[in-house]
Amino acid sequence: MILGIDVGGTHTDSVLMRNRDIIRKSKVLTDKDNILKSVLSATNAVATPDDIKKLRRIVLSTTISTNAVVQDKLDPVGLIVMSGPGVAPQDLPLSDKANFVTGYMNHRGMEAEALDADQLAELRGKFSGQKVENIGIVGKFSTRNPVHEIEIQSLFEDKVKHVTLGHQLSGALNFPRRIATTYLNEAVWNLHSRLVEQLSAYLKELGADVPLFILKADGGTIEYRQSGSYPVQTILSGPAATIMGVLPYVPTDEDSVSIDVGGTTTDIALFAEGAPLLEPQGVQIEGHKTLIRGLLTHSIGIGGDSHVRVEDGKLLVGPERKGAAMAFGGPVPTPTDAMIVLGLADIGDKEKAAQAMDILAKQMNQSPAHVAQAVLDSACSSIAAKVRSMIEEVNSKPVYTIHELLEGKKLDPKQMIIVGGPAPYMAKRVEELLGIKAVVPENSEVINASGAAMARTTVELNLIADTEAKQLSIAEEGLQAEIPRNFTVDDVIAVGKEKLIEKARAAGASDADLEIEVADCQSFNVVRSFSTTGKNIRVRLQIKPGLSKHVL
Amino acid sequence: MKKKTGLIFFPAFDYAISPTHPEREERLLYTQDQVFEEGLLDFDNIKEFKPDIATPEDIQRVHFCVPGIDEVVHASHLIAVGGTLTAADKVMRKEVDNAFALVRPCGHHSMRVVHGSRGFCTLNMEAIMVEYIRQKYGVKKIAIVDTDCHHGDGSQDIFWHDPNTLFISLHQDGRTLYPGSGFPNEMGGPNAFGSTINLPMPPETGQEGFLYVLDEIVMPLLADFKPDLIINSAGQDNHYSDPITNMKFTAQGYAILNHRLQPDICVLEGGYSIESALPYINTGIILAMAGMDFSHIQEPDYNERKLKQDPAITNYLKQLKDLTLERWKNPEPLRQKMYPKQAFYKRNNNIFYDTDRIREVQEETVRSCPDCGGAVTLDSRADTGRNGHIFAVQIPRYACDACRSWAEEQFDKAPKGRYSQIFLQDKDRDTYLEK
Repeated sequence: MILGIDVGGTHTDSVLMRNRDIIRKSKVLTDKDNILKSVLSATNAVATPDDIKKLRRIVLSTTISTNAVVQDKLDPVGLIVMSGPGVAPQDLPLSDKANFVTGYMNHRGMEAEALDADQLAELRGKFSGQKVENIGIVGKFSTRNPVHEIEIQSLFEDKVKHVTLGHQLSGALNFPRRIATTYLNEAVWNLHSRLVEQLSAYLKELGADVPLFILKADGGTIEYRQSGSYPVQTILSGPAATIMGVLPYVPTDEDSVSIDVGGTTTDIALFAEGAPLLEPQGVQIEGHKTLIRGLLTHSIGIGGDSHVRVEDGKLLVGPERKGAAMAFGGPVPTPTDAMIVLGLADIGDKEKAAQAMDILAKQMNQSPAHVAQAVLDSACSSIAAKVRSMIEEVNSKPVYTIHELLEGKKLDPKQMIIVGGPAPYMAKRVEELLGIKAVVPENSEVINASGAAMARTTVELNLIADTEAKQLSIAEEGLQAEIPRNFTVDDVIAVGKEKLIEKARAAGASDADLEIEVADCQSFNVVRSFSTTGKNIRVRLQIKPGLSKHVL
Repeated sequence: MKKKTGLIFFPAFDYAISPTHPEREERLLYTQDQVFEEGLLDFDNIKEFKPDIATPEDIQRVHFCVPGIDEVVHASHLIAVGGTLTAADKVMRKEVDNAFALVRPCGHHSMRVVHGSRGFCTLNMEAIMVEYIRQKYGVKKIAIVDTDCHHGDGSQDIFWHDPNTLFISLHQDGRTLYPGSGFPNEMGGPNAFGSTINLPMPPETGQEGFLYVLDEIVMPLLADFKPDLIINSAGQDNHYSDPITNMKFTAQGYAILNHRLQPDICVLEGGYSIESALPYINTGIILAMAGMDFSHIQEPDYNERKLKQDPAITNYLKQLKDLTLERWKNPEPLRQKMYPKQAFYKRNNNIFYDTDRIREVQEETVRSCPDCGGAVTLDSRADTGRNGHIFAVQIPRYACDACRSWAEEQFDKAPKGRYSQIFLQDKDRDTYLEK
């Protein structure tokens, strides 16, 4: 059995599952000051002491770090940045917080400018004066050669609690995002460390020897103690939990789209033959563009509780939420009220829902039923338009080879999965508008918890082999190894697979889930004076987000 | 001030002329690395677009492909040209303030008749874009500033008779570099004299010289011509590290040049220092176009002392300025000398396609015309076998009636037996006929 727990800002949901079936589910209030207590009561609500003994794993999805970012409750970070030539320092993110220092690598990972020992010694003095406890060190092209970051770390680490090096968080190229990601990782590090401690206490309390995982933004899991170094990866895991929860309903032989209709917003995600699409660069949170691998979601400010009003004779829905639906004691008319009046939803105070539609009907000079239908139509067509524009955007994403441009696959969803409170009432209309068959899964109120429970461990590695320089580097690992001149693409993939499996096992992956995908593979000639002197081979390997195959 | 800049990036990672040819797969690989690492595409004012694919109609407004488009054109060319058309659309529809087509392979050595590839080029991207813009958006006056190190002989050939296109080429002196043309007295055909400007610069000209030519010659000419659109045919091979040229220009210099020129559209041409120059030049150009701070652009091996310009070059460029501005202000005496009054002017062109090893002999006839660019016929013979001899007739945009009827007559009466193909390109009505 698996236990899935979703610690949200208001509720903590839990599910006890066996073979993708929910045995028991529960919703308890979150005690923000005592996460341990919330998690324990959510556990006890669905699992008997006997069940707990049979647990094969526990997966937790939490918004603790996310909320810290959203509410700007972040710890101060000593940020050290080597920006080299290029975009001016003041145009980089967090430039007001950054300490810019000398030294940089070029695009092939060769040192173009050395570090300045005096400058760093001075900075060390400044940091100890300010009692800086968390440090982030980021260099341009550090994923190509992390030596500068590592050297600076050795100068600072003895005096502080924790240091994050930019290259450890992602192997992708994007210096501004590397700065933001490194900063956030340190800024939530203390908070996340406390969570890890509480989870240790929780396991002790349960008295069970069961692996515990935390859900990441890419819909993959990581063993909770392993997550300690990279707390930033757990940011924005909420939408990922929902998408993983939808996954059992997603066909693997055709493309599909999922729609999660909430109170305030509707989140849309896409699946290519069963695999959820990832953000091409990384997720964005509170204006921070990051390198955190995350599932691609687009949001629109339309939900069951959206504020519906009439302006200049026109009916407007959202994007604001003023409160609950009037049928549930809220202040203004909402789509939920409309759905009640239309007889679609048998919930809430029907009288108050009717009043809500009356308010609008008077302003529109139409019958309440007519207006209610118009509200539903408006909400559904906004959602449908957003789905279309998201598909269009994905399909117009630039590609860099002739083959991809001419033969590239276009995403064409044939199935739609709709979850969230108002989902059952809106499914038919959205289905009509988009011409895509809609499915409304059961138990969608605890879908985040079940999504977390079913998720498998994900990992990624970026390798570059430069056979002219006889060097292989694995960006995220900070690893540089010598290779022979005749090293081939297959050799790089073989080394990569071995390292990826090692990394996946360390993150808690079970053997059944080690499905490795070569996500990118390119090989280029290195030419000097019109003759080929080597190859530049680039490989990206991953275990994609998906449902765990672990037999339970 | 920040500007909204469109970027059409198409590195064609699966196209090369040959594995060690300068125009090969990884030409833009390190540029991609730098652009991605700098995070340029994340800035709100820089937006990337996927290139369109050029159509036969787009190509036939400019070129006569012999025997046909399918035989001489590769998919990579259609995408590179398509990318420039995407750039044009985004600018013309005001979705962006300016745009940079960072695409390959290059195009500015391609002339009107295309029997194959020359100077690594097959289709002239800027020319196809200019005619596309005129056809679709009705823009008349356009300036192309060709900042590639090699003379833009293809663009010169295409716009030789077009008084509405000011073509200015800055390049390394043709006596020292391919294609060996582009001298100051090449100033355009009889009906468009003065709308072609060649500014050959001595080898080892540095940043000082390039910016002098820009500020003292190019900018005053543009101010005078008042184009509706400025296009930078943006080769990057003037860089001091370029392996096939001899200039001393810098990445910072390229950024300054684009900052001052303020092109509406930039199109990548040559530039083969793929590791040491292109990543920095392209980052610089993008920042300059986007109106952002580019003062931190510098190559790792930049050495100001080594890049200092010989005073003799400075003196030469002063003379070039005087000569050019004097002719610009008063072209008539030289025009009358070069084109004494007559009804038709004939010219023989010997064209060598270095990339494909083809020789073409061409006889051009243009009708003297005070009212339009003048109708043109081309009798072209290439050593490509029995299909190599063609006859092409061009009716210019904004053609006068007299030129039109003369051109139609030439097309009608051209004997089929003598030529493998006979073409009529009517730019004014946007049609292309073959008989």
